[in-house]
Amino acid sequence: MPAFYRYPLPNGRGSDFLDVASPRRGFSLSYILNTHADQEAMLHTIGARSVEDLFKNIPDGLRLKRPLRVPPALTEIELQQHIGELCKRNQSADDAVCFLGGGSYDHFIPAVVDVVAARSEYYTAYTPYQAEASQGSLQAFFEYQTLIAQLTGMEVANASLYEGGSAVAESVLMALAIHPDRSRVLVAESVHPEYRRTLGTYLANLPVQIVTLSTPEGFLDPDELRKSVNDNTLCVIVQHPNFFGALEEVEAIGKLCHEKGGLFVVSFDPISLGLLKRPGQYGADIAVAEGQCLGNPMVYGGPYLGIMACRQEFVRKMPGRLVGQTVDRNGKRCWVLTLQTREQHIRREKATSNICTNQGLFALRAAAYLAALGPNGLRETAELCLRKAHYLSGLLKVIPGISLRFDRPFFKEFTVQVPGDVSAWLERLLKAGYHAGLELGRWYPSLHDCITIAVTEKRTRQELDGLASAFHAEIKGM
Amino acid sequence: MQSNQSTELLFELSHAGRRCHRLPACDVPVGDAKTLLPAEELSDAPPLPEVAESDLIRHFVNLSKRNMSIDTNFYPLGSCTMKYNPKRHERLAALPGMANIHPLQTDASSQGMLYMLWEMQNILAEIAGLDAVSLQPAAGAQGELTALLVAAAYFRDRKEPRKRVLIPDSAHGTNPASASIAGFEAVAIKSDARGLVDMDDLKAKLDDNTAAFMITNPNTLGLFDHQIADITKLVHAQGALVYLDGANMNAILGVTRPGDFGVDMMHYNVHKTFTGPHGAGGPGSGPIAVRTHLAPFLPAPQVAKHGDQFHLDYDRPKSIGRVRSFFGNVGILLRGYCYIRTLGPAGLREVTDNAVLNANYLLARLKGAFEVPHGDRCMHEFVASAWGLKREKQISAMDIAKRLLDFGYHAPTVYFPLVVREAMMIEPTETESKETLDAFADTMMKIRDEDADFLHHAPHTLSISRPDEIKAAKEPILRWTP
Ligand SMILES: Cc1ncc(COP(=O)(O)O)c(C=O)c1O
Repeated sequence: MPAFYRYPLPNGRGSDFLDVASPRRGFSLSYILNTHADQEAMLHTIGARSVEDLFKNIPDGLRLKRPLRVPPALTEIELQQHIGELCKRNQSADDAVCFLGGGSYDHFIPAVVDVVAARSEYYTAYTPYQAEASQGSLQAFFEYQTLIAQLTGMEVANASLYEGGSAVAESVLMALAIHPDRSRVLVAESVHPEYRRTLGTYLANLPVQIVTLSTPEGFLDPDELRKSVNDNTLCVIVQHPNFFGALEEVEAIGKLCHEKGGLFVVSFDPISLGLLKRPGQYGADIAVAEGQCLGNPMVYGGPYLGIMACRQEFVRKMPGRLVGQTVDRNGKRCWVLTLQTREQHIRREKATSNICTNQGLFALRAAAYLAALGPNGLRETAELCLRKAHYLSGLLKVIPGISLRFDRPFFKEFTVQVPGDVSAWLERLLKAGYHAGLELGRWYPSLHDCITIAVTEKRTRQELDGLASAFHAEIKGM
Repeated sequence: MQSNQSTELLFELSHAGRRCHRLPACDVPVGDAKTLLPAEELSDAPPLPEVAESDLIRHFVNLSKRNMSIDTNFYPLGSCTMKYNPKRHERLAALPGMANIHPLQTDASSQGMLYMLWEMQNILAEIAGLDAVSLQPAAGAQGELTALLVAAAYFRDRKEPRKRVLIPDSAHGTNPASASIAGFEAVAIKSDARGLVDMDDLKAKLDDNTAAFMITNPNTLGLFDHQIADITKLVHAQGALVYLDGANMNAILGVTRPGDFGVDMMHYNVHKTFTGPHGAGGPGSGPIAVRTHLAPFLPAPQVAKHGDQFHLDYDRPKSIGRVRSFFGNVGILLRGYCYIRTLGPAGLREVTDNAVLNANYLLARLKGAFEVPHGDRCMHEFVASAWGLKREKQISAMDIAKRLLDFGYHAPTVYFPLVVREAMMIEPTETESKETLDAFADTMMKIRDEDADFLHHAPHTLSISRPDEIKAAKEPILRWTP
């Protein structure tokens, strides 16, 4: 059995690594208010002899007769020291300059976003089922829905899904609810490999086939799509800009898809919409995205924000919560969760999705972020990403031995081909102080010699020059 | 004092030319967008609102005051485990050494993160009494789906495709919804008069086409189903798996373990039991734990340890794949880890003892005044009914819920579970005092005696009265338009 299946606990103490825990103690800090006297009084009212008495419905044979084997309690000081130690074992984007992307980016987060999200009236509330006591969250989510609709040029957006990958999967479940008679899902190979894996996993037992359309030139050639799209096509899924950073021929793809009556699903980069055409402008039926870039920290992959927007006509098939405007009994404008008959708590097995808890706080963060940037801030952010990425690509492609892998327009990410072993490259570049990029061979064996590099508005010219010099030094040293 | 200043919609506050966030000038010598991209790819900027920093802050801060929250109010929302969210977690999760870690950076550069996640895998396996854990699911519902996909893969691997999943009628709606997406037919099992699984109905519906029986134990009525050993024996005799909806783990930490009572797979709600804040609806985190024979099918990656180094193990040929991008809702897992590390073994047990004590105390205080159809003892929560009041005085569960808001209490969960008429599901959690519970009970009694017509119009003191939900659904307005 692999080592991680069981918790190694020599003599019942805590961890075997890095641990600052003191010996087992007789106290804990469990945030409990009841004193011994309170407990006695409460038991008296209940008519029970002891707390133990309250568990007598659990048959004795099923009871755990020893303490849980979890590490001993830590005070706040010790806990902070412990987490501080763990932090030192991580090389964060503050320790090495971050050029990693692929759906998670080192964009700047304005302080106002953190301040809004730190309001505990938001972050310690539950889902706004009691509208009268939740107008703050409800209005903020209504604003989020509007901001996403404005951003994407789509008619409606929901109040969030988990993240970018399951948002793609949910878009296909939704397509299936719209066209239950169709079963072919066409997905470009240039869509994030983890999103495609998620899609395959979600759909494993449903009556659909997934057809992956190859993208040897780094984008989906509309001619390739023309060969595969037919009257049984449920939807066509592309990512724009795609996983390699390149732009897709979204207009042509949308047209081909619609000619056969399929739904056009696009996974977009929210920041790119400061510059690029919006999904609503090029005919997307369902637009989904990873919303991490909208004011959310990277935190090793989550929590993030699944964005979904669609045409008005499909809204009753949409997954997830929707906030709607209405009036109260005095005619005052207010907000409620609405169209709930789509959802699992009403429809159970016939619901459009199983999602319940979503990413509310991160939708709030995205709303604060988009409001903080406004149209001009978003445009400038996008433009800085675009220009800096092109500056860096210009520096790299003139280094002998390094070339741009694809000849396509790109936004903030691009893919270079390097000689030699990519993981060794990345390791050395990290030593030089750069999280230099993604090793594409992890997902695309034929691109084993490629690195995808992401450039955000935070990167300075000095950092870009520094990375280029580090590449240069590596080539020279080879 | 409530302020209405700047609480209009952001779009109504918008004023052309205002700005909050400003960007540095471009420091690289390349042309602008028009020179870098084909014109047909470009658009004008989206029509977002334009607000100044102080506008934005006043807006969201004043709006926040229209929420009830754990930090401001008692929040006895059944099934949701609205316990206090420790502040140290927020500080620690925001440390750059945790918050600024990219999900695809190398294992060698994320050893601290991997250590924490590896520990969480082990800790959650121990609390479950099960063998292997996947931290990937983003919330409880996604945990259910993941586990059911694991079950489907397990039976496919055994060349015994099974098509049905049995689910008690008292279960949460996500259970049948997850079963459908995983490709199963969801079959409801009745509850008996005691609120427990109706064994005759279970026996009648259980067969060799059953992949899993999904049980919530303690169930949504707050009762521990003591038939569990017999149930798991029956289910296993048909070769089927027992799934536990772990939303109610707060009731059994260190008292009994799902693996010890025959469960094969389960999910946790870290945002409930281990106090990841609810964030007005999320994010959550819904790890699953399974027995060894199901472990090969878990999503990839898992955290593995080799010597004193940790790595992400993607080499899992029988894995179902993945249910989301990247590792999981790590920020919530980190908070859960901090919580468990703060409590230790004794603290976890104290949580459960006091959660159950508080619920029983509130039940004892209320049972004279309200019907509690399923007995006078409970685990961490109980379901009272307003059915009698409704017949007698036309006072509904909804009326009571709304009136409680006037007194500064969040309402219980109402109209769930579906097996109790006019249900009010009350879960006080362990982080409330006797004084708070007493004051709440007194308020409930007081409301009970209020005038029905007055209650139909509650709440009376909040920023709005009851919203017209029918209008909202009939003529949906889902976004602001100019
Ligand atoms: C009993 C029960 N099961 C499942 C869930 C679903 O969990 P989540 O909301 O985390 O997806 C919930 C939560 O609302 C619940 O109360």
